[in-house]
Amino acid sequence: MAEESPNKESEQSSYNKSLGNAVQYLSFALGNEEYGVDILRVQEIRSWEPVSRIPNVPSYEKGVVNLRGAIVPIIDLRERFNFSRVEYTPLTVVVVLQAGDGNKTRIMGVVVDSVSDVINVDKTEIQNAPDFGTKVSNEFINGLVSVNERMVMLLDVDKLLKLEDLGSDEN
Amino acid sequence: MSIDMSQFHQVFFEECFEGLEAMESGLLTLDVGDVDSEVINTIFRAAHSIKGGSGTFGFTVVAEYTHIMETLLDEMRDGRRQVTQPAVNVLLGSVDCLREMLTSIQNEQDINEVSVAQHKTALEAVLNGVVSEVVVPVPAPKISNEAPKVQTAAAEVVAQEEDASEQGWKISFCPYLDLLKTGNDPVRLFRELNELGELTAIVNAQDVPKFYELDPEECNLSWDLKLVGNVSSDEIKEIFSWVEGDCELEIQPLAKPKVIKPAPVVDAVQVDVEIDEPIQVTVAEPENIPKPALDTKKDTEAESSKTAVKASSSIRVDTEKIDALINMVGEVVITQSMLGLVGENFTMDKVGQLKRGLAQLERHTRDLQQSVMNIRMMPISFVFSRFPRLVHDISSKLNKKITLKLVGENTEVDKAVVELINDPLVHLIRNSLDHGIEMPDDRIAAGKPETGTIELKAYHRGGHIVIEIIDDGRGLNKDKLLAKALEKGLIDENIQLTEKQIYELIFMPGFSTAEQLTDISGRGVGMDVVRRNIQSLGGNIEIISELGKGTTIAIHLPLTLAILDGQSVAVGDEIYIVPLVSIVESINITEKMLNKVAGKGETFRLRGEYLPIIRMRGIFNVQSINKPKSTEGVIVVVEGQGALCGFLVDELLGQQQVVIKSLEANYRRVEGVSGATILGDGSVALILDVPGLVRLSVR
Repeated sequence: MAEESPNKESEQSSYNKSLGNAVQYLSFALGNEEYGVDILRVQEIRSWEPVSRIPNVPSYEKGVVNLRGAIVPIIDLRERFNFSRVEYTPLTVVVVLQAGDGNKTRIMGVVVDSVSDVINVDKTEIQNAPDFGTKVSNEFINGLVSVNERMVMLLDVDKLLKLEDLGSDEN
Repeated sequence: MSIDMSQFHQVFFEECFEGLEAMESGLLTLDVGDVDSEVINTIFRAAHSIKGGSGTFGFTVVAEYTHIMETLLDEMRDGRRQVTQPAVNVLLGSVDCLREMLTSIQNEQDINEVSVAQHKTALEAVLNGVVSEVVVPVPAPKISNEAPKVQTAAAEVVAQEEDASEQGWKISFCPYLDLLKTGNDPVRLFRELNELGELTAIVNAQDVPKFYELDPEECNLSWDLKLVGNVSSDEIKEIFSWVEGDCELEIQPLAKPKVIKPAPVVDAVQVDVEIDEPIQVTVAEPENIPKPALDTKKDTEAESSKTAVKASSSIRVDTEKIDALINMVGEVVITQSMLGLVGENFTMDKVGQLKRGLAQLERHTRDLQQSVMNIRMMPISFVFSRFPRLVHDISSKLNKKITLKLVGENTEVDKAVVELINDPLVHLIRNSLDHGIEMPDDRIAAGKPETGTIELKAYHRGGHIVIEIIDDGRGLNKDKLLAKALEKGLIDENIQLTEKQIYELIFMPGFSTAEQLTDISGRGVGMDVVRRNIQSLGGNIEIISELGKGTTIAIHLPLTLAILDGQSVAVGDEIYIVPLVSIVESINITEKMLNKVAGKGETFRLRGEYLPIIRMRGIFNVQSINKPKSTEGVIVVVEGQGALCGFLVDELLGQQQVVIKSLEANYRRVEGVSGATILGDGSVALILDVPGLVRLSVR
């Protein structure tokens, strides 16, 4: 007994340590790739429903929906990341995310292929995304993490949902 | 325990600005010459609260400044000083200066010390210049612990007692240590005494212990009071009746006017200071000491105004309205549980019950909606109350005699409207002051009373609020307007205009009839902006004028910006809402009735006039798969930016009231769209921004 207890303590402390560094991410699929967003930013997950189109905006801004009285824009992540477009099916999922820029938070839905899992990530295991020198995608990626041999790209929600930049891109 | 004072700052600033407003309106009503003591009291109280508050929060500059104002006001209050127009003007200036100081502090900017110093000098000049006698006012009521009283004593030193030959009383007031614990405040007593006659207080601070032994709950001071005036000893005793048993009191008739020499008192304090060095610190920086003790005081003060507007985005709501709302919510909950009960074991014979329940729910929901809307309503007086000052200032600048009449100040209107209507109104009133009302001589020559009148009137009509600005000035000169418009090339010589159209000319950009440009108005910017602002609120503006008799400008505004009457139109598979206020008419047409201009633009001939046409399908890139592009359509004729224009849509769907939702809350501004709303089926429809679309189509 006496021999075991120090062992237990160290286990405990390593558990606590990992708890302190643990972050949960919601992972979802886009084509063959897997992405993750901080689970605390996820407000809800809904199925795709028709949107009201907004005129004269980039095509990845699909439109707006009524989310319990709030007008919420819907963004297609496939199109945002220059993936090929697919038809929306009943399995298509809208992840409603919360982004806080400064003092005000905004809610936005992103269309993804499917939601996969909730993954526990140790902060120390997150690697920086290599710079591919490409224009797209990389800017939204906070880091990479591997879960069960799969690579998950962790997205920066605030950057992803920043729309003002998108608008000026277009002009 | 330290309290984070910054959490009260917002409330403090709100209170100060309210106080300043009270002072301002009070000062303006003082104009008359014979002084209503209640008005001065109001002003004094406001100044006093600002002083107390700013002292508490450590804004010494403000406190010091207000102290001078307070001194001046106090003398006016006691009738020791005549209320003169220059003095009132200086006080008004000080109100502005204070407002500036407070705004700077609020925005954490530096205070403009030069302007503060100027106002201070002006105030001091008034204070010292006119009357030689300077009596320091009764110590500030809010300061109730010892330290500040030392300060008061020091201030007292400067006081010079006037040579009073009237009868009076000498009161020696020596409270026991625990006088304060019984809830008595000597300062309050003095204030009451001061109401009976002229009071001079000399404090005796010898017994004040060393600083570190000081118990703020003990009263270590005693006073020698001198009350000059025709006062009976009973009246004095009555005031002191509350502290009977808590003090030693001696009341003696004043045998001779006794001139109190400042010197001995100075000595007393100095001796004091020499003995108790720590107190010297108190004397030097009195604001350091009162702070902690006053904190709690401020708290209670803040409590009384807890509903105070915290930021511009909050609303002060009548408790009655909230009670009504809670009542309504209760009803809804009851109905809901009743319906739940019906649904639990539903059989067809309960259909009647269900229908009744649903009807009830509908009624309650509507009531609830109404009461919630009601909360956003506030009286228009929030805007109107600023104008007396404006009229006062400008009329004295222009040497005109003008009275402002406010009617219907309690008319309620949505908060957003209240906030946005201010600037246009200021502009219109300035115009009336400058151009409308004539100089007094001209008025007499025209057989009108010397003093011009501007009436600001608000009332409800239909679902709108109407604000009228009525002046009895010279009115608009049609010929002059026409000539001016021709000269500026705004209109064509051959066009015959109706009276109304001529008046409308002043809303054209770059139009100004003032022969002389003044700094008040006449720069040719303005009326067009005024109209645009009002239209952006969903309202309109009209002018009725009679030469020589006066002008009436009427503004019609929707009661709320949260709900709008809309016409839903179909464009392809999409539904858009056109605000009903901007629709002039709608016409069924076929493609053939449109004329191409330069192969690009299209027009429609409406009663001899060519209307530019905006194809909604084109401008919004509507691609519909289901419906082929039909050759028939509807032109919705709208007025935007002062010009008529036609929107070509597929179909008119129906009129309805829609609740305006912001697109920007979660999204961003979209050109040609002013907002969104939720339709009966839960889908989102965009509300068109008519002027924005017209702009968009020009590009």
